[in-house]
Amino acid sequence: MGTVILLTLTGLGLAALYFLVASGLSLVFGLADVLNFAHGLFLGVGAYATWWAAANLPGAGSDGFGFVLAVVFGVAAGTLVAVLVELVLIRPLYSRTIEQVLVTVGLSLAGVALLQATWGADARPFPRPDWTRQVTGILGAQVPNGGLLLIIAAVLVLGALLAFLRWTRYGLVIRAGVENREMVTALGIDVRKAFTLVFAIGGAAAALAGALGGVYFGTVSPGQGGSLLIFAFIVVVIGGMGSVVGSAYAAVAVGLLQQFVNYYGPSGLGDVCVVGLLAVVLLLRPQGIAGKVATA
Amino acid sequence: MTEVKSPEVPAPPAAVPAELTPERGRWHRVRPFLPLVALVLAVIVPYSTLPLPGIFEGPLNSPGTLQVLAVCLVFGGLAAGYDLLFGRTGMLSFGHALYFAAGVYGTDILVTKAGLPLWQAALLTVTGGTILAALLGAVALRTVGIAFAMVTLAFAQVGAILVARDFGGFTGGEEGLPLDVSGLPAGLVGVTNTVNLYWLALAYLALVVFVVHRVSSSPTGRVLAGLRDDERRIGVLGLDPYRYKLVAFTLAGGLAAAGGGVYCLIVGGASPHITSSELTLSMLVMVVLGGPGTRWGPVLGGVLYMYLDHRLTAFGSSDAVESLPAVLSRPLSQPLFVLGTLFILAVYFFPGGLASLTSRLTLLRRSLLPPSRR
Amino acid sequence: MTEPILNVEDLSVRISGLHILQGVSFTVAPTGVTVLLGRNGVGKTTTLRAIVGLTPPAGEVRGTIRMGAQSLLARPTHRLVRGGLGYVPEDRCVFAGLTVAENLRLAERRGVSPAYDKVFALFPELDRRGRQRAGSLSGGQQQMLAIGRVLLNDNRLLLVDEPTKGLAPKVVTEVAEVLERVAESVPVLLVEQNLAVVRRLARDAVVLAAGKVAWTGDAQELLLETALTRSLLGVGSGESQHPAEPGRAAAGKDGH
Repeated sequence: MGTVILLTLTGLGLAALYFLVASGLSLVFGLADVLNFAHGLFLGVGAYATWWAAANLPGAGSDGFGFVLAVVFGVAAGTLVAVLVELVLIRPLYSRTIEQVLVTVGLSLAGVALLQATWGADARPFPRPDWTRQVTGILGAQVPNGGLLLIIAAVLVLGALLAFLRWTRYGLVIRAGVENREMVTALGIDVRKAFTLVFAIGGAAAALAGALGGVYFGTVSPGQGGSLLIFAFIVVVIGGMGSVVGSAYAAVAVGLLQQFVNYYGPSGLGDVCVVGLLAVVLLLRPQGIAGKVATA
Repeated sequence: MTEVKSPEVPAPPAAVPAELTPERGRWHRVRPFLPLVALVLAVIVPYSTLPLPGIFEGPLNSPGTLQVLAVCLVFGGLAAGYDLLFGRTGMLSFGHALYFAAGVYGTDILVTKAGLPLWQAALLTVTGGTILAALLGAVALRTVGIAFAMVTLAFAQVGAILVARDFGGFTGGEEGLPLDVSGLPAGLVGVTNTVNLYWLALAYLALVVFVVHRVSSSPTGRVLAGLRDDERRIGVLGLDPYRYKLVAFTLAGGLAAAGGGVYCLIVGGASPHITSSELTLSMLVMVVLGGPGTRWGPVLGGVLYMYLDHRLTAFGSSDAVESLPAVLSRPLSQPLFVLGTLFILAVYFFPGGLASLTSRLTLLRRSLLPPSRR
Repeated sequence: MTEPILNVEDLSVRISGLHILQGVSFTVAPTGVTVLLGRNGVGKTTTLRAIVGLTPPAGEVRGTIRMGAQSLLARPTHRLVRGGLGYVPEDRCVFAGLTVAENLRLAERRGVSPAYDKVFALFPELDRRGRQRAGSLSGGQQQMLAIGRVLLNDNRLLLVDEPTKGLAPKVVTEVAEVLERVAESVPVLLVEQNLAVVRRLARDAVVLAAGKVAWTGDAQELLLETALTRSLLGVGSGESQHPAEPGRAAAGKDGH
């Protein structure tokens, strides 16, 4: 019983990480049709900026309020990079989907190489508060606090995103834009502002994933974003592009499947099963669980 | 809204200035033979002891240089095969490295673990790679556009996982699997025989270029080009886009598997980095740098990419770069940083890739000609 | 003779190599309904979309389009719309996942008070169904919503693309009534296949054929000349009031 609880909660921790990456990807894709390979870079920037801030930013540190400050700095850095990428590189190619994908591919290659050039290819120990290294006993299972932190963060982000989409003017524009971008402009709305906004949201969520993922894994390395990104893509496709709720469901399904199969089967089989799940979903419902509808 | 449009190459002006016509006439007569000239040159490269300081470390016929060239040629062929999907049919596959890796590991495992003779291993590998491409393509092609890209990427990821986790001890996991050369034909083993591997790579490249050319000038190729430009129009003609795309996907997969076999011989084994998503993405970089949908662009792109990838590593640790401030020298020592940046610039400023440079230069030359000569 | 509200001169549109429009010129009068007619696929929708700046990125637009003294080409769609160009697209294009109220709220603009009174007076249904998802409305109700959200703001010209397409005859009459009232205060450029609706609403007519303007003039005169109508539009101007001409039958199902 304890094992099942533990696997469930660590699976949910993984799902939380996937969700933080996938929700932004999904919104960016749903609204702007940009398959953003540079999303993993935002995650890397968030992780390294947090790591850097904990040691160098005055007031920031690896514990207590200092750590919160470091994470805020990391998230801000990720957001800034995402906004700059959208304004400088994506916007000039408006509506030219393939070129946009190519640019993000180039950016992901160059960006990760740049991180590697600056901080080396090897994993670095991540500063983290002591309590995140400990475990909490839940129903007989010893669950790592870092994972619980991820779950809490993901639930908060999910709630905040849904509230934003549901009750704000920009949320309304994003939901409408995911359905029919052209018609939004035909109502007199500059939809490109919303593009910048979803890039900022996606960048912030990915950077948070980078920082908290660093806490969870205990290390940070340049390639971390890339491997998470592929599973995040799978989550986006399964959940339906443009749907935040769909991403949440799909992230939970993928995280749990991966964790349980990897534990009870040979290691790595869970990852393969996830791709199998993707194939099955595509064969049954080519548009994903929720289809191309921004659900709020 | 996600179909691939091949970048438009500016058409040469319709009116040809009278003075230029004879020159153009000669050029047109010579032009069809250029590939042949290039092929002959490539064949006789190993007989040249020409040192090219700065471009290669040893003379042209040194084993080290020939090995680099052979790898470049294989990737030239691989990029040309990938272009059958991307440039000529408009399919954005992010998983093409999978079939290449299947070729590398297939050959390696069948020779090293199963002890088969090379020709049997190669035959089985290419057949297996083709079947794999047909099966996975049959599933992936149920989606279009960006979803197709993601699905192919996910399939390639499974390949990477299978290789890295080393199920059954076949792949050697992170360590890779060195090729057991004891059972191979003597002419393909040993440093002195690198030249034969070079010729093998050249033959592979020529084969791919020939196949891609034949396919794209056949009726099937015209349907594929139609799919790239407007899939609906093909559907209206009563043709099934799915079947044509599956044919292209399978063929490209088979060609990639064959390239994997050649690559395995050249580098003497398999290592997991060839399954990485990085390689799959870089194939796109090669084609776009070279010029998608053109006969020689992807070949050039593939050769140049691998060459730069190889040389930039050396360049990055050279004295000239080391003496630069760290802000510059560190990024420059990362080949992927330089190549990724070049790629982004190419997308913005050279949408036709290298292949469009000739027509651009022609235009430039004409516009620079003094008005009196016009 | 008053100045036209819209001047289209020598408009050519090419989309991925296909010449859809080849030098189209016409004007839209500052009052009443000008109807744009022509057989299917002749480029009526392309014309409206070119005016409102929605030609796909692969397309190429040449010529001039002026609203009053202002040139419209090469300006982004949202600017044109804010400048008073209202666009009701083909197939209505309401946001199916959003509620009726949200669909309307989307059209509100900062610093401009939306004319909800006017819209709800025209379409009381929209007020009652505010919390309903637009996707669950009937075809006629969706059309009302599509027109209503454009009327929340003041417009100098309305572009309306096939508002009666796929609607039941009774609903067609309702839509025509609404458009008649709307046209009292704002000029309308209407694409319409249903000749009964054209007869009821249109004052001027522009007929496209093979990417060019084939006929312009008084709409009612055009409809009286049965032979001309048939040669230009491929349908009889018929005396019947329902939209059952050949070629329309397939689209005659009630969208809901």
